[in-house]
Amino acid sequence: MSALQAVLSVLCGIGILWLAVLIVRDLRPGNSALALLAVIEVGLVVQLVIGLVRVFGNHTGVSAAVYVAYLVGALLVLPIGVVWSSAERNRNGTAVLLIAVLVVPVLFLRLHDIWSAHA
Amino acid sequence: MPDQVASRATGRGFGRVLVFVYGILAFAASGRATFELTTKFTDAPFPYSLSILAAVIYVVATWAIATSRRTIAVAAVGFELTGVLAVGLSSLVWTSKFPQASVWSDFGSGYGWVPLVLPVVGLWWLLRGSHDPVVDPAETR
Repeated sequence: MSALQAVLSVLCGIGILWLAVLIVRDLRPGNSALALLAVIEVGLVVQLVIGLVRVFGNHTGVSAAVYVAYLVGALLVLPIGVVWSSAERNRNGTAVLLIAVLVVPVLFLRLHDIWSAHA
Repeated sequence: MPDQVASRATGRGFGRVLVFVYGILAFAASGRATFELTTKFTDAPFPYSLSILAAVIYVVATWAIATSRRTIAVAAVGFELTGVLAVGLSSLVWTSKFPQASVWSDFGSGYGWVPLVLPVVGLWWLLRGSHDPVVDPAETR
């Protein structure tokens, strides 16, 4: 796992705990929680660029289509989660955000597996 | 009448969480099935066919729950539960039939057992009666 992915995973962990606390206390995420998601999203954009350079540059039998699909999927999950949760301003909406943040590190693990299976 | 329609909405409240999880699985399973179908289907036609079936079921379930088509949703989620149990059991008993894993192999362990837990939660949500959170249209909780 790259340094960027490690940092983003830690941020995701903080986000997951944060959102879980909000759900338990029945509070809505404020600007600071959404800012954390935005920072993670910026990191995912950087990851996409690095990943694209990596997969099309030093190609060692890694399936580019699958790798890029996961990179793009990681990029989409948070924005879709935010939009999908916005119609539900209660615990359920926050739970949607929590699941979206939870998926990001899972995708990192899959990206790592896909890369190391061939490299 | 509007009350009845609102109370039967399966895609609101907790249903919104459910639709999101189903949507992720639908996306993941469809991507996987497309990849397997286009690159290596002949290697293991049986498990890969099951992957396609799983993908279709997840897409149908996501759509039906999101649009409050309760009957279709129950059918899809019920089929999903049957599928994950049958395929999970088969993949353990008849390992030779499963040279490659499918989405539902080993009860969906490759997806953190979410495929096993999700249909149970889904059926509970769809069959728990009509006193849904939308009874109160105001944005309380």
